[in-house]
Amino acid sequence: MELGQMQGRLAEYTRSLYMEGILDAQFLQLQQLQDESNPDFVVEVVSLFFEDSEKLLNDIARALDQQSVDFKRVDAHVHQLKGSSASVGAQRVKDACVAFRNCCEEQNVEGCLRCLQQVKQEHYLVKNKLETLFRLEQQIVAAGGSVPMAEMTF
Amino acid sequence: MENGFSSPRSESFPAGLRVLVVDDDPTWLKILEKMLKKCAYEVTTCGLAREALNLLRERKDGYDIVISDVNMPDMDGFKLLEHVGLEMDLPVIMMSVDGETSRVMKGVQHGACDYLLKPIRMKELRNIWQHVFRKKIHEIRDIDHHESFEGIRLSINGSEFSEDCIMFSGEDLTSFKKRKDFQNKYDERDYGDLSSTKKHRVVWSVDLHQKFVKAVNQIGFDKVGPKKILDLMNVPWLTRENVASHLQKYRLYLIRLQKENDLKASFGGIKHSDVPSKDTSGGFGLQSSIHTNQNDVANDRDQFSGSNFYGQDLDAKNNEGDQEEIVSEPRPDSKKPLTADVPDPQDTRSSQMSFDHSSASLGSDVNYTEFDCSIPKQYPWSECPEVQSKQEHKLLLQLEDGFSQQPPGVPQHYIEIDQLQSGRDTSSPIKNEPVLVEYKSHHESHISPKETAIDNFSVQSKSLIAYHQSFEPSSTAIKSMKPQAVDLSCITDLEPCQRNLISPSDLTFPPFNEDLTVCWLQGDFLNKNFGLPNMEFADYSDPGFIADIPVHLYDTLTSDYECPYDPTEYPIVDQGLFIL
Repeated sequence: MELGQMQGRLAEYTRSLYMEGILDAQFLQLQQLQDESNPDFVVEVVSLFFEDSEKLLNDIARALDQQSVDFKRVDAHVHQLKGSSASVGAQRVKDACVAFRNCCEEQNVEGCLRCLQQVKQEHYLVKNKLETLFRLEQQIVAAGGSVPMAEMTF
Repeated sequence: MENGFSSPRSESFPAGLRVLVVDDDPTWLKILEKMLKKCAYEVTTCGLAREALNLLRERKDGYDIVISDVNMPDMDGFKLLEHVGLEMDLPVIMMSVDGETSRVMKGVQHGACDYLLKPIRMKELRNIWQHVFRKKIHEIRDIDHHESFEGIRLSINGSEFSEDCIMFSGEDLTSFKKRKDFQNKYDERDYGDLSSTKKHRVVWSVDLHQKFVKAVNQIGFDKVGPKKILDLMNVPWLTRENVASHLQKYRLYLIRLQKENDLKASFGGIKHSDVPSKDTSGGFGLQSSIHTNQNDVANDRDQFSGSNFYGQDLDAKNNEGDQEEIVSEPRPDSKKPLTADVPDPQDTRSSQMSFDHSSASLGSDVNYTEFDCSIPKQYPWSECPEVQSKQEHKLLLQLEDGFSQQPPGVPQHYIEIDQLQSGRDTSSPIKNEPVLVEYKSHHESHISPKETAIDNFSVQSKSLIAYHQSFEPSSTAIKSMKPQAVDLSCITDLEPCQRNLISPSDLTFPPFNEDLTVCWLQGDFLNKNFGLPNMEFADYSDPGFIADIPVHLYDTLTSDYECPYDPTEYPIVDQGLFIL
């Protein structure tokens, strides 16, 4: 695949992510923050996010697995996850967290477990998508091209 | 490293603004750091609240603004906010992914100057410098107000708050309108002045605060007063004003805690849809407490002994002079009428600010006092009214004895204490006595008399105590001033002053209210005369600031003068308050 095509594919792919609501404007902002002094900024941030979020998801699962569930604790974790996902623009994950928090309030273990499932799903989805995105970018860079800087005004 | 914490703002504000970001989320920390760097700010990140506090304490004046997340594992963001307000009086911006009204409300109540919702946009971060700027402006304005409003009871409550869109009562508006005039003066100021203004704050370290709390407990919360606390604390460089303002904050803090607890108890059952119950009750609590505060404030502000201290939600606005803001009705006492004509507000200098605050402190010495103390920022303004009332005693006393003797070494700062002394001795109210000593210098446009209403002396609020401080000028400007009038020897030696202070220990604060009027020497004189001494004092009084002072004071001051003063000569300027 030649460079132009790759770049086209990347643009298309990125667009679809926004359209489907998997990513929101925050991701775009991250891309805009990236510059020569920090060419891997987005990748670094996203990596940090996934590291942190995996831990959080595990913590939540563990907390829900207890005999007597500490909903406050679960809620705290979910809140954290919500904040984190907002940082990278993982919109669907964030929304799933909001729903999750409602379940926590109701102190419904079943509901919480379902919510956790949902969050995990979204999390997995965005992770895959972003990995694909980065791979595309890498291919372009490897082929000697540059990844076009997204533009948007906030 | 030290350089990194000097005053970068002097370059091209707001570039180089020193920001401390606190967030337990590493992703956000990284993003915010990047964003802030893009704004040309100097960023320090921190993942834990405790760590942040340590950083802040280590580097007093090392940061201009703090941005903190609300939810953190080791310490609640609001708690951190309180601490920063109490100890360092820096503007704090809260942020959270949760934008619930009650949370935002809580943030504001705890003193946050802004509350940002995550995800945060670049443009929001670009503008955070306004909070730093605003604080400075307000401080300047407060100083001017004190000086310019002669006999006018100013309720400053309205001032900064109005700007921040917080209206407490109708009176605020009126006073705020009055301030409009002054506002114009300020608007003309350029950044340059502000950036060079440095507030030297006393940082209430954990140790210091412990001493403070210990002293308070020893005395008994109800009977406590800055002087007593100061005596017990036995910290030589600490001034009464420092303690007074800190006490004020402490009281507010306790009150708020109490209110929250009370409210939590009563509102425990209520739930917001998206907010955990605790938040709700907190929210309610806060809301109610706000109202309560307002009422109380309106009623009687100056009761120290009581718990009616309402810095109000103004934890945040401490620097603005909580007290003033809260009290909508002009309390006779707290206002600082100036009989003498007050020169136009000078550039804001930290020293100036400090002067004002130390309402009690009169004259250059006083300034220094304030100066070293961290008061300028946090307490001074808010404390002013209080300070006035309370500090008077101390100040007066200090000055008196100290002044009567003019240490040979100390040529400057002469303050006539005659009146004071007699007044003091007799303890008879100096009612309507024209305590105002208008010094010729006053007309020489050097100093605008400052008046301090002394409670014990029952100096009516209108009476002014003008201080003419003649400073041994290394600069000619000062020389001209010198000759005249009252020569109150500055407290060259703290000891005597301190002792003096101690003697009238029976001064009680409560009555303060009415009679305090503080005159601040202003104008060029301040800049010039005080400038020098300020530097000295600053160095002297607060060891912690010694290093800092030069940066700010010197640039403005030294340029005009030489600093011939030997710091040791003004050892305890802080303590020296001149009261006539």
